[in-house]
Amino acid sequence: MAVEQPRTRDTTGPGDETRIHNIGYRTYDGPRLGRAYARRSLYSQSLRGAYGLGRSAKSKVLPLLLLVVMCAPAAIMVAVAVATKAKDLPTDYTQYAIFLQAVIGLYVASQAPQAVSRDLRFRTVPLYFSRPIETADYVRAKYAALTSALFILTATPLLVLYVGALLAKLDFADQTKGFAQGLVSVALLSLLFAGIGLVVSAVTPRRGFGIAAVIAVLTISYGAVSTLQAIAYDQSSTGAIPWLGLFSPITLIDGVQTAFLGASSSYPGGYGPSGAEGVVHLAVVLGIIAGCYGLLMRRYRKAGL
Amino acid sequence: MIATESLSKRFPKVTALDRLSVDVGPGVTGLVGANGAGKSTLIKILLGLSPATEGRAEVLGLDVATKGGAIRERVGYMPEHDCLPPDVSATEFVVHMARMSGLPPAAARERTADTLRHVGLYEERYRPIGGYSTGMKQRVKLAQALVHDPKLVFLDEPTNGLDPVGRDEMLGLIRRIHTDFGISVLVTSHLLGELERTCDHVVVIDGGKLLRSSSTTDFTQITTTLAIEVTDTDEHPDGTRAVREALRARGVDTHDGSGLPGAGHVLLLTAEGEETYDLVRDVVTDLGLGLVRMEQRRHRIAEVFRGDSDENSGTSGESGTDGGTRGNGADRDGDGERKEAVGHGG
Repeated sequence: MAVEQPRTRDTTGPGDETRIHNIGYRTYDGPRLGRAYARRSLYSQSLRGAYGLGRSAKSKVLPLLLLVVMCAPAAIMVAVAVATKAKDLPTDYTQYAIFLQAVIGLYVASQAPQAVSRDLRFRTVPLYFSRPIETADYVRAKYAALTSALFILTATPLLVLYVGALLAKLDFADQTKGFAQGLVSVALLSLLFAGIGLVVSAVTPRRGFGIAAVIAVLTISYGAVSTLQAIAYDQSSTGAIPWLGLFSPITLIDGVQTAFLGASSSYPGGYGPSGAEGVVHLAVVLGIIAGCYGLLMRRYRKAGL
Repeated sequence: MIATESLSKRFPKVTALDRLSVDVGPGVTGLVGANGAGKSTLIKILLGLSPATEGRAEVLGLDVATKGGAIRERVGYMPEHDCLPPDVSATEFVVHMARMSGLPPAAARERTADTLRHVGLYEERYRPIGGYSTGMKQRVKLAQALVHDPKLVFLDEPTNGLDPVGRDEMLGLIRRIHTDFGISVLVTSHLLGELERTCDHVVVIDGGKLLRSSSTTDFTQITTTLAIEVTDTDEHPDGTRAVREALRARGVDTHDGSGLPGAGHVLLLTAEGEETYDLVRDVVTDLGLGLVRMEQRRHRIAEVFRGDSDENSGTSGESGTDGGTRGNGADRDGDGERKEAVGHGG
């Protein structure tokens, strides 16, 4: 029905030349790829958006700058290692993200609100839910996109270190094992930070509040935990140090990689968790990730339309 | 296209929809109701986004409770509120929305260019949406609802915030969505007069109940009300009364529109057709009076409610929807053939 109308109008039109200008409405009979495709599209759009791609030039500056800042120390370490023919890299793969946690925190704070607050603030969310995707698809796509963006941010410098280590002809097996452990660690870190960042910023449609809240959650918890750990160390109650580590995201990651990924702990005095304490750390990390996902689902069930 | 049966939606404190049974066929259908009448709630249920408390509804022959995803793939939705991010261009935004509807990348770009042209956005489509006028934003919102070539599109208050010219353009565009694009439309408004000009069929709801469902020709033929106002002369010190008596002599009843602004100076009468206008003109001229104005009264929801509650006082709350014809509205497309209001307790 619809295809024919424009045609009839064309033939009854004033002349042949109008057909060039007015092709009329064309119906779409091609494939409709459905829900999974829509979810993938949202994922790739959000991931690109996390590095400012497909957005204004201004929004590309910060994420790309932070990526450079993340990689610069790695490049310098590699250069030094190659030049001095060192026997080992100046840092462990697992330690790298802990050293640069402030940069990671800044990235989460800037991009998590961008990923979710924007849709809430401009009320684009109802448009998404008027399409084949469901709440879970939206949450998963956004969560996966920010996690991937964080993984790119944290794994790229590790890759630089690894390539550099191989160029410096360091021990291959040793380096590969360290690199793999580092990747697992930053993958877990990406999931954890993305979850916390998204939950905090999904609460508010205001981007500024989101940024401030994410920074506050990450730095205040770390500040409090490291202060308490230092006090515990001073008072020689070293048994408390691993347990205190449960209360901030970055110390949790530190605890997990100390217990399971052969990292040396950054806790005061190196009193990282081991055995049962490590299991608790891992359980808490996984619990927070699951909890963040659950909270996001709850949030969007209400925010839909 | 759409069929609901005793559809109810209750929130803890309010009943948004109350046993609503309505059948909507292809064409342009207006959904009229005051703010809070349940229009948006109905759209949410029809999109399969909000479960009904009781009753059932079908869109394009698909049950909203179980086939929400399939419905949303073939239906477009233009929300009432702003929904556009300001920092991207219309093209980028609509392409993204097309892909969210399941269109492959190449098709999404092609359909976006087509659709934006059809809604009347040209060079400006490459600029960020933040700089657009309200009218242009409404067009982008419409484009994102049409980009995946739906069978049916829900437009929630599309003329909101537009100036009179913009309003007319939007209404013209809505008409074209059906006549040129072959897409059926369900458009909501709180202004009945606006929809009368655009729609084939109008459904009026109030307080979640169906007040009236009929083709617009019924509306205009039965309920067009003329308001006339005349001058007084020395010969006829009360011109209004003179006209009233003269019209009564010719068998046309008038009333004074008490309770309406300008009561006492305005005469209201029901226009049966073109001849009523001529009759009024002749009567006024014969009396030697000046005609200050003669205009079509805008129908208001209250008027429909008054007229309709009389009509329906005998009907019980039982639904008149025939299960057998539900879902194949195509064969009941004729004007004036639609079922009259059903389903609200008198």
